[in-house]
Amino acid sequence: MNKFVDYFRNGIMESNPVLVLLLGLCPALAVSTSIDNGLGMTAAVLFVLLFANIIISLIRDFIPARVRIPVFIVIIATLVTIVDLSMQAFLPDLSKSLGIYIPLIVVNCIILGRAEAFASKHKLTESIADALGMVVGFGIALLLISMFRQLFGTGKLSIFGLQFLRVPGLAENPMAIFILPMGAFLVLGVLLAAFRYMGVVSGE
Amino acid sequence: MNNLFSIFIGMALINNFILTRFLGLCPFFGVSKKLSSAVSMGVAVILVMAGASAITWVLFFKVLVPFGVDYMSTVIFILVIASLVQIVEISIRRTNITLYNALGIYLPLITTNCAVLGVTFINARSDFTFVETMASAFGAGVGFTLVLAIMSGIRERLELADIPESFEGVPVAFLVAMMLGMAFLAFGGMV
Repeated sequence: MNKFVDYFRNGIMESNPVLVLLLGLCPALAVSTSIDNGLGMTAAVLFVLLFANIIISLIRDFIPARVRIPVFIVIIATLVTIVDLSMQAFLPDLSKSLGIYIPLIVVNCIILGRAEAFASKHKLTESIADALGMVVGFGIALLLISMFRQLFGTGKLSIFGLQFLRVPGLAENPMAIFILPMGAFLVLGVLLAAFRYMGVVSGE
Repeated sequence: MNNLFSIFIGMALINNFILTRFLGLCPFFGVSKKLSSAVSMGVAVILVMAGASAITWVLFFKVLVPFGVDYMSTVIFILVIASLVQIVEISIRRTNITLYNALGIYLPLITTNCAVLGVTFINARSDFTFVETMASAFGAGVGFTLVLAIMSGIRERLELADIPESFEGVPVAFLVAMMLGMAFLAFGGMV
């Protein structure tokens, strides 16, 4: 049991995909303009990574080592297509604001990386723990980035239309740079430096 | 002609892949430490982007759409890119060993480079004609190479700079990317 907790923790802390390994940066930066988008992206990654890890862990003994990468990619691409189409059908607004970044989950290094480095070598339950830990780590990073960007860029914080914080003064004159793409670089760069300063994340 | 030029400029400078679309960030932060490797990587990406865009355009508009199976595009596109990278790698190794030694290690990385898959999706979703697709692919590749080269030049200089300890390495690269992005904002008025 302890081992699962370790695998789970590993994804959140020591090898947090975004904040430590710097994997999956494209979606983390691109969709983090609002908390809603960040959560939507996390949900999509959760589905794909969880099922990719489950499937690959189950069939790992049947895949010849030489063709494993193409097999992984096809499995991942199929899962991504499922997410993309279901999101277009049931959550059209979210699908529109996430745009091409949903199909691009295929080439998200986190997913192929975990398939190759973890799921193809570990048992089903361990792979599930690893997938969940990775997604929670990804989600925390995305939530942090999108929270700062939304707060400074609009002066308000809201989840799914429910507004729970409004900064007087900032809401009338928001710092638009945080919503612009370069705001994502700024927030993530400062966040990384802050984590290093506090010793949460060690330098390279 | 004018239209082609505006597509090219739009993809290369205004909606630059790295700075405004965040595509291809992994090589951006990984490879951009030396100017020479950044340029090699950029050339490899331009080649694969142009090839992948041409093939996926034909497949998407002549095969997938007429048969009503365009929902397969994600799977098909990634397979096309993966095989194309393999073919390019093998043929460069057979024909030009110097070029292979320069580009070799970057080619497999391109398969999982979201910039290549991204440009094929953008082309398919914008309903471009074939010529427009090629203009957009070249624009995207040139823009990617340009920013990669600028970034590597800056990072070579940064090696000598006195940076606060917690900002060393990647964090300061992010801040440089932010400033480059602000500079590229000025291109917004061009088209």
